[in-house]
Amino acid sequence: MATQHSRSAARLMMAPAVFVLLVWMLVPLGMTLWFSFRQYLPLRGGDLGFAGWDNYVRFVTSSSFWPSIYSTLIIVGGVLVITIFFGILLAMLLDQPMFGQGIVRILVIAPFFVMPTVSALVWKNMFMDPTNGLLAHLWRFFGADPVVWLSDVPLFSIVLIVSWQWLPFATLILLTAIQSLDSDQLEAAEMDGAPHLQRFWYIILPHLSRAITIVLLIQTIFLLSIFAEIFVTTGGAFGTRTLTYLIFQRVLESQNIGLGSAGGVYAIILANIVAIFLMRIVGKNLDT
Amino acid sequence: MARAVSSRRKAINTAVAWAIGLLIFFPILWTILTSFKTEAQAIADPPIFLGFDWTLENYRIVQERSNYMRFLWNSVIIAGFSTILGVIIAVPAAWSMAFVPSRRTKDILLWMLSTKMLPAVGVLYPIYLICIELGVLDNRVALVVIIMLINLPIIVWMLYTYFREIPGEILEAARMDGASLRNEILYVLTPMAVPGIASTVLLNFILAWNEAFWTLNLTAVNAAPLTAFIASYSSPEGLFFAKLSAASTMAIAPILILGWFSQKQLVRGLTFGAVK
Repeated sequence: MATQHSRSAARLMMAPAVFVLLVWMLVPLGMTLWFSFRQYLPLRGGDLGFAGWDNYVRFVTSSSFWPSIYSTLIIVGGVLVITIFFGILLAMLLDQPMFGQGIVRILVIAPFFVMPTVSALVWKNMFMDPTNGLLAHLWRFFGADPVVWLSDVPLFSIVLIVSWQWLPFATLILLTAIQSLDSDQLEAAEMDGAPHLQRFWYIILPHLSRAITIVLLIQTIFLLSIFAEIFVTTGGAFGTRTLTYLIFQRVLESQNIGLGSAGGVYAIILANIVAIFLMRIVGKNLDT
Repeated sequence: MARAVSSRRKAINTAVAWAIGLLIFFPILWTILTSFKTEAQAIADPPIFLGFDWTLENYRIVQERSNYMRFLWNSVIIAGFSTILGVIIAVPAAWSMAFVPSRRTKDILLWMLSTKMLPAVGVLYPIYLICIELGVLDNRVALVVIIMLINLPIIVWMLYTYFREIPGEILEAARMDGASLRNEILYVLTPMAVPGIASTVLLNFILAWNEAFWTLNLTAVNAAPLTAFIASYSSPEGLFFAKLSAASTMAIAPILILGWFSQKQLVRGLTFGAVK
């Protein structure tokens, strides 16, 4: 039924969204690319000319590059492992019959709606403060010396905070996936005498694999760019400087735009590698 | 047969699930409780759970000392207008992609999604520079536009998945009856699309409210929303737990309530329709 008329109307209706997103993507991206090849120091002489691949080489050979990759991997990897592992367990638990299921679900999901600066600050001060924090009270209660969380085990502390924020997301998506599981299949397995572990391993887990992949990819993209949690807690100190934070510091703190932009290009490439896999899954879903 | 769960097992499920739920919710609960304590009670060892003198003093102090209302107002304006603007731009686009799909629709949708995955830090300086050049650093309009743009792909996607569920036959019938495109949208489509649009607005308002990269980097005083206000408590004010808690509670309470209504949309919105 789509006439020529409605086709051109459709194109017109799409135009504003496509246009603004195109500008939003191309202009800053083009500028970042341009700056990445310049020696550009706004506070120390401005644009000092073409730099070739200098910024790209200097960014990866600087002494802070590999530590930043290390902290990025630990934080992203740690949060992924924790949220997916406990997410599966929690989703299976919430799928069981119980009293007050709706309320429990609300309690579990709540952290996702807390703004990142609040959760970072609440954890940093009220829980992880070495003298007055609740965890310090708890440690002392058991006769242990309080841990100075953010300087003694900084990466672990940040993984803990970020996992708390993202566990609801993983749980909710995995729960949605579990609820779409055909219960006949499980009942059949149960009647055939398949023990719990086998039912989990051969029926539930394969059914969840697509949802797990989606959680993994979406979280990776968001986790690669976490910022507020580090900004508020350690400010990048104690080895918590992730790639994102390193670029932020190069750009806004030390105002070395060329170097920061080269880092930005690396970050964009990295995110795109993850994004390609996610798009493939999402794209497949569009066809059906 | 297998579905008949023994009441004992149900009791165990209930106990375990409630314990875990409360554990996960505890930091929020503790923040809310602490906001009603005095500073001395807030750091008392052993901690006081309920047996303290409830006071609203902290809320009063936070409001008086920090111009809290302005930050709140900025949050409302930035989250509200960026969502409305985004929906206005996205509805026609999502409508045309859902009802007049072409060979390129899928590519356009995936491309839009790819702009969402651009790491913000990669374009931090260009955006910063553009804001300076246009004189809109620390400006609410600039933040409305930027946050609208970062959420636009999600808005288009969510609306698209909702619109696609509206049966096309109804539109065909309307067309047969001679409805113009305008009437078709106004009287046939809109009533059916309202729930989807409402869910989209809700989720994107929440995402915009909590956005904490651009709001931290592009604001100072005038346009700073609650995310930036809370970050300013980092130190040394952060050591006043009761006031910190009061400020935090005020910043998250409205969104917690909205969030509870949007659980279902959360899955669809953030997985781009891949999990429903």
